[in-house]
Amino acid sequence: MAFTPPKETYTGKVYTTTIGQADRAVNMGGESVLPFHSFEGVTPNRPVIACEIMDIPPAEWPDTVKEVYSGVGDDPVKWAQHCETTLNARMIALRLAGTHPDNENRSADDAAKVVKDVLNAIKVPLIIIGSNHAEKDTEVLVKASEVAKGHNCIIGKAQEANYKTIAASAMANDHKLIAMSELDINLSKQLNIMITQLGFSKDRIIVDPMCSALGYGLEYTYSVMERIRLAALTQNDTLMQQPMLADVGVYVWKIKEVSATEDQLPEWGSLKERGIAWEAQTAASLMLAGAELVIMRHPEAIRTVEAFIDELS
Amino acid sequence: MLIIGEKLSIIAKRVREAMMKRDKGPIQEIAKAQQAHGAGMIDANIGPAEGQEDLMEWMVTTIQEVVHLPVCLDTTNYQALEMGLKVHNNQWGKPLINSTSNDPERHPIMELAAKYNSDIIALTVGKGGLPADAEERCGIAAELMALASSYGVPMENIYLDPLVLQIATTQDQALKVIKTINMFQQLNDPPMKTVVGLSNISNGCPKKIRPILNNHFLTLLLYEGLTAAIGDAEELITTVKTVDVMLNNTLYAHSYLEM
Repeated sequence: MAFTPPKETYTGKVYTTTIGQADRAVNMGGESVLPFHSFEGVTPNRPVIACEIMDIPPAEWPDTVKEVYSGVGDDPVKWAQHCETTLNARMIALRLAGTHPDNENRSADDAAKVVKDVLNAIKVPLIIIGSNHAEKDTEVLVKASEVAKGHNCIIGKAQEANYKTIAASAMANDHKLIAMSELDINLSKQLNIMITQLGFSKDRIIVDPMCSALGYGLEYTYSVMERIRLAALTQNDTLMQQPMLADVGVYVWKIKEVSATEDQLPEWGSLKERGIAWEAQTAASLMLAGAELVIMRHPEAIRTVEAFIDELS
Repeated sequence: MLIIGEKLSIIAKRVREAMMKRDKGPIQEIAKAQQAHGAGMIDANIGPAEGQEDLMEWMVTTIQEVVHLPVCLDTTNYQALEMGLKVHNNQWGKPLINSTSNDPERHPIMELAAKYNSDIIALTVGKGGLPADAEERCGIAAELMALASSYGVPMENIYLDPLVLQIATTQDQALKVIKTINMFQQLNDPPMKTVVGLSNISNGCPKKIRPILNNHFLTLLLYEGLTAAIGDAEELITTVKTVDVMLNNTLYAHSYLEM
């Protein structure tokens, strides 16, 4: 008798979210099964990798990832075009790091101008992320959201401390919203409830349960993501059925393993390979946990993960 | 758990008057309120409805005009039931017949359940008086299941009802009913669905303590796996949501009661 593999069936389904416009619009989510379980049900959309750029030059980035953007990293518009045309990015994530008070403390108007210029220069969808300063982000993201109206972007990150203003602005300007909580599934659901109670549609939220790099708490992010997806599928929890974001690059490219030199730690092997592998491994792991959207920095790591998706799809 | 909103009963004066005058206003208002409070189905209790065979038809259409929920058709009148089933909009879920029992006069109702692929409540009581304990209830349930099969009613369309009795007069029956909910489920695989007429537990008790009795009894029944309860959604919803969290059926969030 032929062997029939057992199949799980689920009651819930992840919302389908469309970002961007026209023929470059990207769909995410829509699956009714666990990640890559295409043998059990529908997985209509491939996970998306967004290539990260910033409003300021990547001076703080380790050499491995800074060097690949030399010549474009000093200009967000050139950087964005490079990602779109040379690297064939499906989506770009613009981090407004320069607006942080401890960084260059750039104004909301400066940030809005960068957003506008970048949007004019690219056709692929844009994710607009603040500097992770709850108070400053309120001001910066509201302005950014206004100038990006009509581009169907993702705006974030809305957190417990600032979600009201940012969600209202995303709603008024027809963007999707990243809702970020800090590695706590119950607080993640709670934030989604509070955002929807403002009148924001729950299928326009992207959930960020907070990322972490391999070796630096990855298993916490993995576990929260996995449980969110199980609540979505097995309990049909409509407040946990949003696509999930893993903001990988920013967490990976600051740890010791991607910057300690070969002279210091020869037993760790090639510094360049180590960094790329670290980013690719972190991203691939979180896709297995359920992330539909991953923000990454190194083109080779992105290519590796795209190949990984090809293998599993 | 499914709450079957019980407020539309001919026993209530305001509802009875609206039924007799065919006045949609109060009926629709109560149905909408029950839905807003979390009812997943609306019970329409029209009593025996002798000479009022078209009343259930009117109730079903009146309710479903304003709430997109299935209706629990609560009457012993065969003809009224059939007229109600004919107009029921199954887009919002299957109708539920309330009820058949082991009284031979109530057996023909099973034909309707089979004909209209409706769900049906099977009350585990016979003609010979009230069941004494959980074992007797299960015995009657088994007979009813066999009978339903012979009528062509699938097991998953049956809700077994252990018959809740009054705490004030037959205190020892409360625990027997709780035990029955557990045992009913073991009569079939997949487990049989179960339902109770919850507020019967506090019938005859002071008005002030009725909600307390109803809610605590419900908690115990839910722990045993109860599928549905006929009751007042507004009074019960907090218990249902909280027990769902306790039993890990729903993910906890601080605002879980608002969802």
